[in-house]
Amino acid sequence: MFACLHGTGNLAALALEFSPVVEQTGPQTVTLDASGLDRLFGLPHDVAAAIARRAGETGARVRIALASNPDAAICAARGFAGINIVPHGDEAKFLGELPLEQLDPSSALLETLERWGIRRFRELAALPPLGIAERLGPEGLRLRELARGEAERKLRPIEEPARYEDEIELEYPVDLLEPLSFLLARLLNGLCTRLATRALATDELRLRLQLENRAAHERTLRLPAPALDSKSFLKLLQLDLAAHPPARAIIAVWLGMNPVKPRPAQGGLFLPAAPEPVKLEITLARIRAIVGEGNVGSPELPDTHRPGAFRMAEALVGHALACPSRNPPPTARGAGACRLAFRVFRPARAARVRIDSGRPRFVAAEGVRGEVLQLAGPWRTSGDWWTPDPWSRDEWDIALSDGALYRIYCNPRGWFVEGSYD
Amino acid sequence: MGTATVLKRRFETVLGDSLEWQSRPAPQVISSGMPALDRAIGGLPRGALTEIVGPASSGRTALLIAVLAEATSGVGLLACLGQSGRAAQFPSPPEFCALIDAEDAFDPASAAAAGVRLERLLWVRCGHNAEHALQAADLLLQGGGFGMVAMDLGDTPPEMARRISLTSWFRLRRAVEHTPAVLLAVSRQSNAKTCSSLTLECARESTLWRGAPAIPAHARLLDGVRVHTARRKPGPAVNASFLVRTRE
Repeated sequence: MFACLHGTGNLAALALEFSPVVEQTGPQTVTLDASGLDRLFGLPHDVAAAIARRAGETGARVRIALASNPDAAICAARGFAGINIVPHGDEAKFLGELPLEQLDPSSALLETLERWGIRRFRELAALPPLGIAERLGPEGLRLRELARGEAERKLRPIEEPARYEDEIELEYPVDLLEPLSFLLARLLNGLCTRLATRALATDELRLRLQLENRAAHERTLRLPAPALDSKSFLKLLQLDLAAHPPARAIIAVWLGMNPVKPRPAQGGLFLPAAPEPVKLEITLARIRAIVGEGNVGSPELPDTHRPGAFRMAEALVGHALACPSRNPPPTARGAGACRLAFRVFRPARAARVRIDSGRPRFVAAEGVRGEVLQLAGPWRTSGDWWTPDPWSRDEWDIALSDGALYRIYCNPRGWFVEGSYD
Repeated sequence: MGTATVLKRRFETVLGDSLEWQSRPAPQVISSGMPALDRAIGGLPRGALTEIVGPASSGRTALLIAVLAEATSGVGLLACLGQSGRAAQFPSPPEFCALIDAEDAFDPASAAAAGVRLERLLWVRCGHNAEHALQAADLLLQGGGFGMVAMDLGDTPPEMARRISLTSWFRLRRAVEHTPAVLLAVSRQSNAKTCSSLTLECARESTLWRGAPAIPAHARLLDGVRVHTARRKPGPAVNASFLVRTRE
């Protein structure tokens, strides 16, 4: 059984209250699969009355028709006012008085039928099918079927907006990671299956744990590239929760995923071979657990002349593939010559420096001690004087008697060894 | 005549050529970024541990940075060393590399100036903990996907570096075996012993200053150093020297 609602108001929402299979047939018409509603409401009249009652509550003004096929219900709803039940087997008789314009035929076909003197459903329904097929072709046959109320088709249901989130309320609080992992695995498997059925992946996992004290513990994991691997996601969540454990026992778990289109599996022929993004993310999470947050990433050079300035970008592969020219391209190296590297002492080592004739003659710092054998400098540099954190210093390159080459500098706070050339 | 010999003869009859049962596939190597060194040692082997050792200011970090620049930029030549010692070369694609910095001594600015593509470099700062550096290297090698994993233990005190057990080095060697990754370790002295496949020792031959000593210091410039590299392992010592400049 199918029901058609024709009128004004939010008809789709009204129809979805009664059936999950709803077709938006036209701007003012929706059709729903009403099979099974008789078990809830009783006879078709009762079903129609229930729909009309709900429409009245929501303020929708509708005509309602119930029929054994969708097109008969649509014609009846569009053609007759109020509530109509099209009797099964008598569709042609019920719809017979409706004008042919209801079927929305092409203008040429309508003109032909007009010339033949056929203006109503019953007149078209009475014509022999063979003659219609010979003279009007498939469109004529289709119109005849509609006029007789015999057209069979499936509804094209409205796509319900998909939500990729799920939650579990626990009967007793969980305070260990292992039992929580089982719950997370269950949620992840369900969400990943839902994403997979729509050929989607995710680039963000959002976890919200409701704690015993009614507080919420929220974590968001952003993946460098879209992925759909529940086992890897579980490992990432486990590592993240191990690094950031909730303060109290957990009474509810909510997990959401951001649906995105999956990344094509194959990269370009000339793109660098890269670690698999999700696998790398797990590795990095493990390394972060060892060396600490903020100590793993890809270095970035900020736009400043401040010595030793850098930033750590957390993402490596995804970011590099997305925007390969994040840093300025390096200068080409000449054949056979490479650049002298600099090793930085972090933090710079405070030094005692003996000055003679305005030049450093002896330097002593942690792990550095010796007479200055050769030197070049000073070079006075300064910058950021327009900010609250300006800097200025005098630099020397020195060769010490301990055999190494160092860069030392003097600023208002004293002397420091910045690092060594190597 | 043993069964193996009979089988070998039958195979040779079928295949029409003599079989080298003991032969192994030629090791794949990458360029060190220094043509003089590549000519001498043939490149750095993949799937093996290479040690670069030397005192402070010996040019070991410059060599490490040159290797990283070559690998991340993909401008170098990939060489396949044959039995005859001749290398077949073809352009290498850029690779993602990891630098595990035990003493937090890496300078991104000078590395970028030397040609390292920082966006293809993973930097792990271990905060003066060599033990963490070993664990991170192990995880990265097990995870795979990197063309090179370099461990910088250059400022780690020798007594602490010596405390790293041979088992740890052996574990790293096993982890890198049969992978296309190059494992590099930079330190003051050789620690991996038998676990390394190639050991290069760097020493500073001379320091180049621009400007005579007599002129004022502010008119002088540290111009570069000449580095002498000696292959200590495998086989007989092979020497090479190259120039490392502070600027182009």
